[in-house]
Amino acid sequence: MEIQVKSADRNLLLELSGELDHHGARTALRELEEALDAALPQKLVLDLSGITFMDSSGIAVILRARQKMQLLDGGLLVRGVPSQARRVLEAAGVNRLVTIK
Amino acid sequence: MRTKAVNEAVLTFPSQSRNESFARSAAACFAAQMDPTLNELEDIKTTISEAVTNAIVHGYPDAIGDVVLKMRVLPGNVLELTVKDHGRGIPDVDRARQPMFTTGGEERSGMGFTIMESFMDNVTVRSAVNKGTTVVMRKKLAPRMKK
Repeated sequence: MEIQVKSADRNLLLELSGELDHHGARTALRELEEALDAALPQKLVLDLSGITFMDSSGIAVILRARQKMQLLDGGLLVRGVPSQARRVLEAAGVNRLVTIK
Repeated sequence: MRTKAVNEAVLTFPSQSRNESFARSAAACFAAQMDPTLNELEDIKTTISEAVTNAIVHGYPDAIGDVVLKMRVLPGNVLELTVKDHGRGIPDVDRARQPMFTTGGEERSGMGFTIMESFMDNVTVRSAVNKGTTVVMRKKLAPRMKK
């Protein structure tokens, strides 16, 4: 699990890569919180195009991101979702809560 | 009633989170003999990841114990996956299966059983407090054209 953080003009982009499972979720959550606290963005983009596997642990990360952005009164976009991760999000109904491109 | 398996394999490993990745790869390798589609293979990996994570997080919250993964091919191209632990057990299985219910930490979403049920044809959970939990999942794989 690796996360690249890019921040500019209160736009925050997190590019996640590798396997987002329970083993990787702690790292992802910690880095997400650190990046959000540092940038206090108005818009957060989670790019999942480098994710090779995702289970419900990824849902916890996305829902945490959504909750944090609601507190900041900002927006969240999830993009580049691979087909396996997309089916997990759809099975859990997360696609109805979060904008997925 | 127990159905006779066409083929089967059993793995036992300690409840370390690094073994989540190992377990889903092992299940995918075992299922390969059934000539699954890519989607079926992904569903199998996702399901095993959820079940094994549950055993690790909820079966053994404060200790390391054994997780048993049993994989069987049943007649009619049915894959049966069993994930068993001898851990703490689930006091209320029906409640645990509800979407968004979790007793796990912030890194859990409570959607594990929902995903297992969505990707498998049948999910059975047996649990006894302080004895352990057994999750049995079955999925019939689509027949493929013989090459």
